[in-house]
Amino acid sequence: MTGLEYAIAGLLFMGVFFYAAGSLGLLRFPDSASRLHALTKADNVGLGLVALAVALHWGSVAVAAKIAIVWLFAIFTAGATAQVLGQSSKDETDPRP
Amino acid sequence: MSLVFDLVLCLMILGTAAASLLMRSALGGIVFFIAFGNLLGIAWLSLGAVNVALAEIAIGAGVTGILLILAHARLSAMGDPVECEPTSPWMRAAVAVICGGLIVLLSVAVLSISPTDRMGAQIATLMPALGIENPVTGVLLAFRAYDTLLETFVLLGALVAVWAIAPPRGWPQRPASLAIATPVSLTVIGTFSRVLLPASLVMAAYLVWTGSDLPGGAFQGGTVLAGGILVAALGGAIALPRADDMRLRSVLVLGPAMFLGIGLGGIALGRFLSYPVGLEKALIVAIEYALALSIGATLALLVAGKPVPPAAVQEGGD
Repeated sequence: MTGLEYAIAGLLFMGVFFYAAGSLGLLRFPDSASRLHALTKADNVGLGLVALAVALHWGSVAVAAKIAIVWLFAIFTAGATAQVLGQSSKDETDPRP
Repeated sequence: MSLVFDLVLCLMILGTAAASLLMRSALGGIVFFIAFGNLLGIAWLSLGAVNVALAEIAIGAGVTGILLILAHARLSAMGDPVECEPTSPWMRAAVAVICGGLIVLLSVAVLSISPTDRMGAQIATLMPALGIENPVTGVLLAFRAYDTLLETFVLLGALVAVWAIAPPRGWPQRPASLAIATPVSLTVIGTFSRVLLPASLVMAAYLVWTGSDLPGGAFQGGTVLAGGILVAALGGAIALPRADDMRLRSVLVLGPAMFLGIGLGGIALGRFLSYPVGLEKALIVAIEYALALSIGATLALLVAGKPVPPAAVQEGGD
């Protein structure tokens, strides 16, 4: 294995670790707010690491740019949905508007 | 891809399918169904069928998923029990026999295709005449064009069926607003959709254009467009049109009508749905763009549902 392949494997491993941590948080944390906290933060880091690994694996600027766009849309979507989920879980626990 | 990856993927597909069927909560079942659709898309990708993967993830998981979630939300709002009663053992046995029979028939059909089948090679020899390089688009828009033509009319027919169940006072008003009820969430999704809608337009146009030579096409592009429209409607950035809006109706029939018109023009050349020599690519791309617009509008309105009386516009959604 070359140095680049080690780097890709390492990035993938770290990415999967963050995803696993996020999923563990989703399963183990007691309420919606902390579950969202686990998912949004850990999964975004996981996605970034995996996207970096994929970009390095393909080794082309065009592919890397496309992956960067996918990554941007994914975190943008995650951020927007997390806001809405957080708001609706707040409404459920606290009846006051 | 590696055997281990494929096996794990198969297990996950079967697991999410089972969870989707066996969950007591209907919403939980829907969530697993969406996960199942995405995994199925990855399976198609792993088989090298990128076109099918795009369609499965966009339509099978995306549009069907939001359709089911909205149906669930609206049924719950109406006070209908969404969770189903336990079914009788006889019913279960009958369903198992019918589904099992269908699986056997499908398996026999798939396995009866000889591995030395020359269909792929045949299509490859015919493709240069079309001037496009994606064999899936070639099959959908040229070699089996009547199939696709009928599909587009089926989709239009589905929307007519949804409109047909509109209450008399609701016709021809707008569908119930999809805008989220919570003001803070509405602002968030509204801002989100103002960025997403133009991006989805560009993405849809790109998918249709690239569909001539690479995976993509009218159905995939149309679904991305529908997704953008629906998120914009959820965020209150756009209002859904009235059912008697002539601009809307023109967009809905544009694709199927153009396809049919060009197909009828082929009769003059000797055969229904044949393209004049030299103009194949131009006509195929034109049909694909018109179809993508119609499919996008139709899918978005299918999800939005039947027109309702104006007073009821505020309910639903969320």
